Amino acid sequence: MSQTAFETTAYSRRRARMSQAFSVLCLAATSLGVLVLILLIWEILWQGLPWLNARLLTSFPSMYPEKAGIAAALVSSLWLITLTALFSVPIGVGAAVYLEEYAQASRWRSLVQLNIANLAGVPSIVYGILGLGLFVRALALQRSILAGSLTLTLVVLPIVILAAQESLRAVPNSIRQASFALGATRWQTVWHQVLPAATPGIMTGVILAISRAMGEAAPLVAMGAAATFITFIPLSPIDEFSALPVQIYDWASRPQPEYHHVAAAAIVVLLTVLILLNATAVYVRYRYGKRIRW
Amino acid sequence: MMQETTIDRPIMPLRPTSFPRERPSRTADDLAGRPPKISVDHLNFYYGPKQALSDVTLMIPQHCVTALIGPSGCGKSTFLRCLNRMNDMIDNTRVEGEIILDGRSILGPKVDVVALRKRVGMVFQKSNPFPKSVFENVAYGPRVAGVRGKSVLYEIVEKSLVRAALWDEVKDRLNDSALQLSGGQQQRLCIARALATNPDVLLMDEPASALDPASTSRIEDLIFELRDRYTIVIVTHNMQQAARVSDQTAFFYQGELIEAGSTNELFTNPARKQTEDYITGRFG
Repeated sequence: MSQTAFETTAYSRRRARMSQAFSVLCLAATSLGVLVLILLIWEILWQGLPWLNARLLTSFPSMYPEKAGIAAALVSSLWLITLTALFSVPIGVGAAVYLEEYAQASRWRSLVQLNIANLAGVPSIVYGILGLGLFVRALALQRSILAGSLTLTLVVLPIVILAAQESLRAVPNSIRQASFALGATRWQTVWHQVLPAATPGIMTGVILAISRAMGEAAPLVAMGAAATFITFIPLSPIDEFSALPVQIYDWASRPQPEYHHVAAAAIVVLLTVLILLNATAVYVRYRYGKRIRW
Repeated sequence: MMQETTIDRPIMPLRPTSFPRERPSRTADDLAGRPPKISVDHLNFYYGPKQALSDVTLMIPQHCVTALIGPSGCGKSTFLRCLNRMNDMIDNTRVEGEIILDGRSILGPKVDVVALRKRVGMVFQKSNPFPKSVFENVAYGPRVAGVRGKSVLYEIVEKSLVRAALWDEVKDRLNDSALQLSGGQQQRLCIARALATNPDVLLMDEPASALDPASTSRIEDLIFELRDRYTIVIVTHNMQQAARVSDQTAFFYQGELIEAGSTNELFTNPARKQTEDYITGRFG
């Protein structure tokens, strides 16, 4: 009876087949996702590219699809993300610094932490209704860019806080200890050591959150703030505004097929801006992450 | 073609690890004659409900090297971290007893912990330079203490690096990232950084445990040189190291100080059975 341990048996062959089948299954899942994405983008480009021209970028909405453009919507969206960044970065990073560096472990902190995580999952339309009640009505900001960006700040704040906390947590404790041991106060430690080390991560999180804000239509629609027929370039934060996703939503829901082409062209613009933002995030992470290796 | 190699510093020979050592230890009489720099009186320390130190009483004489030895978890690091109140940073800890530095208590809520840590420097087990330049690493302590002016800072940086025996190796790369230095250089940089705040006490938590033998030897030489200027307390897992560098040795076991005395005496003639078992390698 000299049987070596390395001969294949029915059992081992079945296991090998199972393993193979599973890898095929995973490949299929991946391909399906990529395929759908390619189809989507191809469809958009096919519909939108012929309509993508300088006129689209410089014109205002119009009754005639061939004259309609996204000038107001694009500028409004840039206003929105700029102000949203200005509001959400200091508040979000400040909250993260408090929670990570100052707050002692307590039931209260866990409660706050849990709620921030939950808020990140709240549908954005809910924030729109909050924005309508709070900013548009109670604070009488009307349907201004300010009201819109404050609402978007609410949407992205939990994301910014969580991302910033993650980056702060990634700073090794030994750096804090070294700083404290040299007689630095908590503030000096946070300002001179922890924040600089966490900045690439925080920036990445902020840019991704801003991309999300740029793509949000629901809260702006819900607060009734973003108009779809603006024929001027908004010049100050208290002006009325539109927004790219809202404009796209409006055009896409019209019966005339020409408008669908305008919408597709606007989507191409929106996607381009988003890809640029994401590329910046990747670059920041790569460029500054490289310098710091613990 | 032969590559010409230049050696910019003599390579330190490794020293034997046993007695008699080449750097003389201070004698028991000398230790007894010195004023206490730090005296610890009936110290108890708790992490939550768990007691980590029980009733530790120890005198740390001035300008001597005191080594804390004992098996892992015996409380020696906790004890060290009590001396500059680094345990304050851990939530849910409690301390009882008294620690006197130069005649003044360092425990209690009224003590300015920031000022205390400037006088009691610390070097950690794993070298932890800031991800900044060599210069900025050393200048950080004085900077946060409010020292301004490039020339003043430069002077402090140079002096500290010289004392930490690192100046010759880094004087041309002060603006390079500290993370580019070798492990041993990083640890000496951390020592220089601690010296820059002009402390009188230097706490070292296993400063050489992550280093190769040559770097370890340089650190030990350095400790010996620093002894005349600073009071040094060093935690070490390595008993030969304690024997090589220290004047006084304290043996901790399960949160208690089992025995403390002059290094010569403790290693050659321990008073307690547990100490003898530990230093002869029978446990721990």
